[in-house]
Order: sequence, then structure tokens, then C-alpha cells
Amino acid sequence: MNLKFAMYICKRLGMAILTIFLVIAITFFTMHAIPASPFSSEKAKSDKTIAALEKKYGFDKPVPEQFVNYLWNIVHLDFGLSTGWVGNTVAELISGGFYYSAQIGFMAALIAIVMGVVLGAIAALKRGKWPDKVIQVVTTALVSMPSFVMATLILLLFVLQFKWFPSRATDPGGLILPTISLSLYPMAYITRLERSSMLDVLGQDYIRTARAKGLANSKVIFKHALRNALTPVITYAGPMMAYILTGSMVVENIFSVPGLGRLFVNSMLRTDYMMIMGVTIFLGIMIILMNFLSDILYKIMDPRIDLT
Amino acid sequence: MQNNEVFKNPLSLQLDPKLFEPATTQEKAQQVIMRDSVSFGRDALRRLLKNKIAVICMAVILLIALIAFLVPEFYPYSYTKQDVTAKNLLPFQYSQKEMAKIEKGEKLFPHIMGTDSLGRDYAIRVIYGTRISLLVGIVAAVIVVVIGIIYGSISGYFGGRVDMIMMRIVDIIYALPDVLIVILLYVVIKDVVSQSKNDLIVRLGAGMVSIFLVFGLLYWVSMARQVRGQILSIKEQEFVLYSQAIGASPARIIRKHMIPNCISVIIITAAMQIPSAIFTESFLSFLGLGVSIPMPSLGSLASEARSGLVSFPHLLVFPALSIFLIVLSFNLLGNGLRDAFDPKLRS
Repeated sequence: MNLKFAMYICKRLGMAILTIFLVIAITFFTMHAIPASPFSSEKAKSDKTIAALEKKYGFDKPVPEQFVNYLWNIVHLDFGLSTGWVGNTVAELISGGFYYSAQIGFMAALIAIVMGVVLGAIAALKRGKWPDKVIQVVTTALVSMPSFVMATLILLLFVLQFKWFPSRATDPGGLILPTISLSLYPMAYITRLERSSMLDVLGQDYIRTARAKGLANSKVIFKHALRNALTPVITYAGPMMAYILTGSMVVENIFSVPGLGRLFVNSMLRTDYMMIMGVTIFLGIMIILMNFLSDILYKIMDPRIDLT
Repeated sequence: MQNNEVFKNPLSLQLDPKLFEPATTQEKAQQVIMRDSVSFGRDALRRLLKNKIAVICMAVILLIALIAFLVPEFYPYSYTKQDVTAKNLLPFQYSQKEMAKIEKGEKLFPHIMGTDSLGRDYAIRVIYGTRISLLVGIVAAVIVVVIGIIYGSISGYFGGRVDMIMMRIVDIIYALPDVLIVILLYVVIKDVVSQSKNDLIVRLGAGMVSIFLVFGLLYWVSMARQVRGQILSIKEQEFVLYSQAIGASPARIIRKHMIPNCISVIIITAAMQIPSAIFTESFLSFLGLGVSIPMPSLGSLASEARSGLVSFPHLLVFPALSIFLIVLSFNLLGNGLRDAFDPKLRS
């Protein structure tokens, strides 16, 4: 941990905070550019009731003041009151949905990284032989298949046809299939990344040196090759987070998981503006923080990279 | 020295000009380079055509495009026409009413992919959905190429503070989650679009308008980065210095010297962006945020197919297969283009 590295972290953190601020600002001001009031769609309400509601939710104040209030509340993890699920705060609803989404997302990311790295390394080590060919064909097919097709096919086969898994996500074992269907695309992507970076590393001089000095094959692979081939995978962590968070909207809808993604889609159907804002900002912050972490981790893993 | 005689000082070390004789036409002909010089573009194209997978993918994309844009012109069914007597037909099945007509000797075009739960011919709906997907891919590629090149080349050419500010903007845009922004825009412009006087915008629907807006706002950043990186390295080369010395304007230098040298990076990046754009559209249509009904999209068709999944799995299979083929072909073609255009792999 030298000074230069600390400077780098500060700079990246500053960028991340600025981006989070921009996400909040964009979300807030686009939502307030809507001509209609969030309550006007509801039936048979007098102007007086709407005025009272607007007062309750703080919509009667000037927009800049609302924005400052909103920012201040977000810092305190208060995203306001939901208008679609009356009687709930947005924060409550988000944390309720996040309970499921976090489990699915974390496990899917773990599966994707572990399986992806292992399969990619196998493909690179067996280059041109049948394991490589099989892995390449399967991963090419997987990255060309949209998540909703994959998830629906898995649902059709394992829940509706064979009935191996419960159809309700809240039952024990119900989260297994959503997790798997969410992990397939990033897994295939990581496999391809890992394969090409592993091939690159295996051609380097230091690998030849390690072999020449008589190091055991397993040691060469695990100590020298695999470790250095991991860096491109780390740079994918940020985009993977974005994929998993947005992909869970589709997967949770298909498997009826009461998670964040389904909540988001439902809040759009109910035109619950506070919820839409809250979830967008929450997901945006998660993605930006993950990008920040993967940037830092990348520099730690590969000290050769210039810190600029 | 007026005459042809060239004299040599006897003490000079110069070669005696008298020893030389003019070359014959035959000898001159030997100096002509036997092969035509191969330009970079033609060379890359030749390598691309040697790649069997890439050629097959190009053929598949062309075929799908032809089907998507020509077949609706003469297809006997329309994508909106509902026929309550012909609900949920399996592929190549006829309804009882249609069977009666056939027995009378009428010729009817078969429902190649059956019909949906409203009795609409499914094949034409899948074809229209494919058309939407291809359209999204093409529009995305055009937007990415135009904005990305202009932005990236300005940033790379001028460098310094301009470059720093422009790249910080790119960094921030790069960190914005695109699907979230599409959804946000959709919610905002939903009412504006449905009341719009422009017929095209109404037909496209709020979902498509916001998707195209997001392509214009966010999708070009990786192209801009790539082009900028390329320009930065080209900028240092002598032919650019020469152009500047003889007074060429920056616009001319960028247009005539820099962009032609970036062409491989541009092609590869554009080819990689197309599948991701198609994915985004189908993803949003699946959530119900894409094209407006009754216009079908491959994503919305797959979403509708979920209600009768066990009895009519073919309603999912056909749109899924179509999108899979399109994206797979573009992915493999992108790999082929990368191999063909990457100068590092040139042999």
C-alpha cells in the first residue's frame, strides 16, 4: 500500500461517488419531468385528496428543494413511501426483495466465476482436443441465448415436465433453478475469457522458465499460469454484476421469485414512481460499487499496470 | 555537357558511364511487380472469405434479412388478423373451417408454425419479430459507428484537456446501467409517445423510442474509446505531421488519414455491439417494455408463449430459435471479422 495506490483508490472512489450522484440526479429529474402527477392515474379522486396526498409525499414543494430532501434521505437509507403498495416504505420493500435477489445473485456469481475459470482453464490446457471443442461449442451457444429463453426452457423441463423442483420459489430448493439459469450466461462468458487469457499466459517466457527448471506441471499451472490468467476475469466482475442484477428481472418473473427484479417490474406496472426511483438508484449504486471494487482488485492482482 | 558523350576523368573513382547500356523493353518488363498490390481492406476480405464459419454466418444473416424484409410483402396472412376458429393450431395444422374450404377445392397456405391463442398465424408474427430485431441491430450499429467515430476521433486528435474531459464523460456514461436507463425513459415518455402526432413514433411505441434514445446516449462509448486509442497512436506518425505541415485542416486529416486507419477497430467493435443491442431489445420486450401491441417482437412472443408452455411449447421454440440464430451468427461473424482485420494476426 503505497501513496500512489492510495491516491488511485481516492480518485476511483471520487469517480464512483460522482457517478452515483449522477444516477440519482438523472433518475430524480427524469421522473419529475413527467407531466402527470403520480396520483392522477387513480380513479375518482377530488383535487383536494390529490393535494393532501401530494403534501403527504412531499410533492408540493419546489423541485430543487425536493431533490435536496431526496438526496438527504437517501444518505439515511430512506427512499420515501411507496404509492403502489400503500403503507410500506420503499426501503422496506427493497430490503424484502433484496433478501431473495441477493441469495440468487451471489450464488449465481460464485457459480459463474468458479465454473467459468475451471472450464476455461481446462479448455486452454486441452487446446484443440475434444474437451476444448465441446466447451467452445457449448459456451458459444450459451452466450447467444437470451436469458429469458434459457430460464423458460429450464422451467419447462425441470419444473413442468419432470417435476424435479418445486414450482414455488419460496419452497426449499426453489431458488436452485433461478440461480442456475442466471449463472449460465456469465459462466460461458468467463469460460471464453479465461480460455483466451490462459492461452496467452501459457505462451509466456516465464512459464517456459518454470517448466525448464523442472517444476511439477500442477505447480506451473496453479502457481504461475492460473493466477496470472485471472486478471481479465476480474475486469468482467462489474459488467457481470450489471447482468445479474438486470437479468434477475426476467428470471425472477419466470420463476415467480418475490425478489427485487420482480418488484421493479411490478412497480412499473403499478406506476409507483417512488419505487421505480428507489430501485433504479439502488441497483445503480450496486453496479457502480461493484465496478469500483473490480477496478481496485484488478490493480492489486496485476501490479504491472500503470496507476493513472 | 551538351552532347550525349559523357567524359570521365581518368583519375576519378566514378564508374565509367560508357560501360552502361540502355535496358531493353524485356528487361524493363522484369522490373514490373508481378502481383497487384493488395490493399488492407481487400486482404482482410480475402481472409474473411476463407473463414468458412464466417461465410456461413454471413449467408445465414443475409437469408434471415431477406425473409424478414421480403416475405411479409406477399405472405397470405397478416400479423394482426385474428381468426377465432383457428386458435392454437399446431404447425401445418388446419382449422375445421379451413379443412372444409380445402375439401371444396380451395388452396390454402399452411400455417407453417401454427397459430397463437388469438388465432393469428404464428409464422408471420415470428417474421415480423425478426424484422424488429434486425432493425434494432442495424440502427444500433449505425448510431454506434457515427457517434463513436466522431466523438472518439475528436477526443484523440485534440488530446490534452479536451481529451481528458471527453474521456471522463465516457467513463461516467460507461458506468451507467443501460437497462435501467431504458426502463426509466420508458416510464417517462410513455404518455408523450402515445399522444404524439408523428405516426411512426406511435407505431414504434414508447419502448422502442426509449431503446433507440439509449443507443444514442449510451451505446457508443466503447466505440469512442477504441477509436480514440487508435487515433492517439496514429497521430504520432509522420504522414500526419506531413499533412499538418502542408496545411490540411484537422477535419480533413481525421477524415482522410485517421479514420481509414481505424477501420478494422470500427468494424470489429460495431459487429460486437449488434448482438448486445438485439439482446437488450428482446429482454425489454419480454418484460413488456418493447414494441407496442399488436406489433410482435421476438421477446414479446416468447413472453406470450409462457402461458401455454406445456401444451404449446412450439410457440416458445420458434421465436427462441430465431433470436438464437441471429445472435449466434453475429457473434461468430464478429469473431471472424476480428481474426480477419486484426493486424497482429496478419501473416
